[in-house]
Amino acid sequence: MKGTSAVELVGVDKDFGEVNALSGIELTIGGGEFVSLIGPSGCGKSTLLRVVADLEQPSAGTVTVGGKPPRQARVDQEYGIAFQQAGLLEWRTVAENVELPLHVHGMAKPQRQARAAELLELVGLADFAGSRPSQLSGGMQQRVAIARALAPSPRLLLMDEPFGALDEMTRERMQAELLRIAGETGAAVLFVTHSIPEAVVLSDRVVVMSPRPGRITEIVTGRRPAVGKAAELDPDDVEDVRESSAFFAAITAVREALRKGHEA
Amino acid sequence: MRNRTRTVVTAVAAFVLLGALWEITKLVLPAAGVTVGDIRLLPRTDDAAMPHVWTVLARLAEPEVAGAAVARPVWLAVLAGAAFTLVLAVGGLALGGVLGALLALVMQRFALVERATLPYVVASQTVPLIAIAPLVAGWGGKIAIFGWSWQPWASVMVISSYLAFFPIAVGVLRGLGSPARADLELFRAMAAGWWTTLLRLRMPASVPYVVPAVRLAAAAAVVGAIVAEISTGTRGGIGRLIIEYAQSATADPSRTYAAILGAVVLGLVVAAVVGLLDVGLRRYRGSVR
Repeated sequence: MKGTSAVELVGVDKDFGEVNALSGIELTIGGGEFVSLIGPSGCGKSTLLRVVADLEQPSAGTVTVGGKPPRQARVDQEYGIAFQQAGLLEWRTVAENVELPLHVHGMAKPQRQARAAELLELVGLADFAGSRPSQLSGGMQQRVAIARALAPSPRLLLMDEPFGALDEMTRERMQAELLRIAGETGAAVLFVTHSIPEAVVLSDRVVVMSPRPGRITEIVTGRRPAVGKAAELDPDDVEDVRESSAFFAAITAVREALRKGHEA
Repeated sequence: MRNRTRTVVTAVAAFVLLGALWEITKLVLPAAGVTVGDIRLLPRTDDAAMPHVWTVLARLAEPEVAGAAVARPVWLAVLAGAAFTLVLAVGGLALGGVLGALLALVMQRFALVERATLPYVVASQTVPLIAIAPLVAGWGGKIAIFGWSWQPWASVMVISSYLAFFPIAVGVLRGLGSPARADLELFRAMAAGWWTTLLRLRMPASVPYVVPAVRLAAAAAVVGAIVAEISTGTRGGIGRLIIEYAQSATADPSRTYAAILGAVVLGLVVAAVVGLLDVGLRRYRGSVR
């Protein structure tokens, strides 16, 4: 599947009645690439993610996800999605929550149980397979939600402020986790966030947006730590990135882009 | 387990307390009641109006009609009547439950149906039961379904279901609409169809709304069956028995109370069965968030 981009947006507009939420969006996300969307509230970053997910229809322009129209991509489970709220179903165990997308698509029980066990191993929650979601901390719940999004082995992960409700320490640990998981699965990620350091440390590219109308003002190169397909990502690598001068330079660049967008 | 024991103890204690209150009332208030001028403020408490608790209990063991050739004891008559009514109430609950749930399902699926039907569903409950009873009873002899002619007990069941239907329809409708927007979007993102979303999200999420609705409906079905028996004049049930016994209440007051006791026990049995349902569905009782 080399050469196929994960997401392609060409001239995408989105209007909600009179409100022009997105205007002239041009963006291509390569296979395995990590792209963050950042900008003030109302800049349309969540709307953009929802357009990719086929939860909203664009008013104009074309959207391609994994080489397909968004609707087809959704039906084929080309992407997995995670929101700010983990949104786990309380009547299902942790493992059954991870199985949900596979269950919905009629996969046989032994296969989906095996897959859930594999994914819980990946997110480090193998010991909690039989627990109820309410027994887990916020960070753990969010890891279950990520495992659930990864269940159908999508090549694209859509994440709408998934760590927004977590405390700072948990958040940094989750970022390192996510980098490792993205590296191991090779999935492309479209990541919506409010946090500049989060966007910089995670991303290959940080897409800076501005409101009224929502548009892309600048794209800054992020500081995602390099990780080989086979090699495990060391949390210390992420720590090194956070303390590097290149990291601070990128943060400054994003901040200036945001300010420029705000003044414009 | 300790919790369960406590529930049983509390229930028994409540019964004992009620009996004690009854006896204290008899003891404290004058037998002729309290009247100011011509207006009676408190009822008579003599043995004809309020027989002793033990007299009522003893009456259960005595034959229904004193000196009759083939006389069954009162407890057997009450038990048979309560069992008859129980069957009709459970049938009414099942019928009302199925119809209510189906209507809620259609209302959930089609917003237009909800807007068009819900006002009538609410209005249907403002029609007094007594007004419908003769109408339904009138089906007897007029309606034959596949050669089966309408029976009086079927009227009772229909009237009972008429009362049970409402809480179920409203409860199921609320329950099916209870999942958060984010959960619905998750299912949409997973390309789950309406049926799958219903089965895997809406129905499990509706349990905390449906169980209390069934509890209400069960109580309504029992009351409906008893009242329907009385107003349609159907024989064999506890409702009719209360009326029959009440006609000779001046001569034999404790027998009427024995029948009323049977109706109370019937209600408790139905409540207990619904309680079991609650226990069986416990895993669905947590909040989604």
